[in-house]
Amino acid sequence: MYAVRRFAVRHSRFFEGFYRAFERVMIGLDPLFSGLGYERIERPVAFAERHVKGLLFDCKMCGQCVLSSTGMSCPMNCPKNLRNGPCGGVRPGGMCEVKPWMRCVWVEGWDGATRMRQGAERIRVVQPPVDRSLEGSSSWLRVAREKAAERRAARQDREDPGKLVIARAFRRARLFEPAAAPLAAEPATALADQAVSERTSVYKANTPAEAVSKETK
Amino acid sequence: MAPLQTPEPYDPAYDVPLAPPEGHRSASKLERVLRRGWFAVTAELNPPDSADPRDVLKAAEPLKDVCDAVNATDASGANCHMSSMGICSLLSHVGIGVVLQISCRDRNRIAIQGDVLGAAAMGVGNILCLTGDGVGVGDQPGAKPVFDFDCMSLLRTLKTMRDDGTFLSGRKLTTPPKIFLGAAANPCIPPIEWRADRLEKKIRAGADFIQTNYIYDVEIFRRYMQRVRDMGLHEKAFILAGVGPVASAKTARWMRSNVPGIHIPDAVIERLEKAEKPGEEGKKLCIELIQQIREIEGVAGVHVMAYRREHLVGEIIEDSGILSERMAAKEGADG
Repeated sequence: MYAVRRFAVRHSRFFEGFYRAFERVMIGLDPLFSGLGYERIERPVAFAERHVKGLLFDCKMCGQCVLSSTGMSCPMNCPKNLRNGPCGGVRPGGMCEVKPWMRCVWVEGWDGATRMRQGAERIRVVQPPVDRSLEGSSSWLRVAREKAAERRAARQDREDPGKLVIARAFRRARLFEPAAAPLAAEPATALADQAVSERTSVYKANTPAEAVSKETK
Repeated sequence: MAPLQTPEPYDPAYDVPLAPPEGHRSASKLERVLRRGWFAVTAELNPPDSADPRDVLKAAEPLKDVCDAVNATDASGANCHMSSMGICSLLSHVGIGVVLQISCRDRNRIAIQGDVLGAAAMGVGNILCLTGDGVGVGDQPGAKPVFDFDCMSLLRTLKTMRDDGTFLSGRKLTTPPKIFLGAAANPCIPPIEWRADRLEKKIRAGADFIQTNYIYDVEIFRRYMQRVRDMGLHEKAFILAGVGPVASAKTARWMRSNVPGIHIPDAVIERLEKAEKPGEEGKKLCIELIQQIREIEGVAGVHVMAYRREHLVGEIIEDSGILSERMAAKEGADG
């Protein structure tokens, strides 16, 4: 609901704290979830998530929740599904280009982010494109799985970089929002890990600053 | 049968081969001009609604000698025209530098990554990554909006293809595309206070150069550039300011209310209204804007968008004095 959605953005700081605590609980429950089997609890948890977040944020169940990095304004409500900030078509007064009766999701998002502890830092992180195959699945469970797996991996091997290209290309995003670029195996669809070669090129190009200084010489 | 020829677009003005010079990301002339510290000029081409290649060459005729690269728009305003890819193919084969525009509105990640390889193979050196206008404003509002990427994830993906030599899936490219990556910016519309932060994010995502939307409000743009300089962004990417001549006060009003993301202050409209020859006044205004923008520190060039007024671009560039300035710089360097 539009009014509730805007309420959530106005209280983004509260939701940030709440989410942080909730995330800790979810990660702590990982052994339990594993025991029960993530597949078995996927549907009831996704059902609950859909309704709770649907009410609060007009959640669209993309399955890769990044609310904490978007000022608690769900980016999937943007008619262009932008995950990285407002487009160039925002109308005067901060209204949406496509739906002029709605406030721009990202004008709201920046507002929300400035109220949050880490919001202003996290909104600057480049988010990867949505993996559409995860639509409808629970991102709560994905966060639990991802963070727990990450902690296990960190214990095992601190040197291990990301395994998939998206995780590497959007490293900072993954740091904050692991569900946005999942690495842990999906319960139903197993994604094969692929090794990525080292960077093939390193540029030593003139920056604009160097170009100008050369010109003045 | 004649042997198959590899198309080799070349730059007649500089006669430079296609391999990127040392330290450059691409072989494009635009990149060379910018890295030399010259004030660059790009211009937008009006794409034909035609399947005749001569129409493309005719449209490029007034632009090719006065700018460093021609932007081939990708169904801008969600209106259907000849594709950016088709135009870039035709122009790069006759040695005209092009900027391929990719909008996220119409194609998904599979199509886009393939297109980028194809474009680079044809000799396209510059790619401008755009989100794209919503389908509702165009001539076919019933179309499905794709928006699989947004401009940021598109930039990062192309950067990954170029620098790491892989598709987003992790599959390796045998030859990565050598491309100079561009992004758009719109400094004059809300949320104005965060537009510079958004630019920073685009640069972090992979933008090497920036082309802004129309600047008619130099005051807002000055404040924006102040913030850009404070953040040091002008040292990380080349910023080209967008300008264009308006035909009349009526056109200006129409653009303001019908084209997404265009801010034209009332003072400009008033000036056009009072003018005896609004067309001439629009041209004069554009030249003045270029000269004012030229004085702002951190601006690396201008991007001229003269929709249906391409014939004026030559005069505008000539009268603004940019090219004669460059000739002087070039002679100084040679002598």
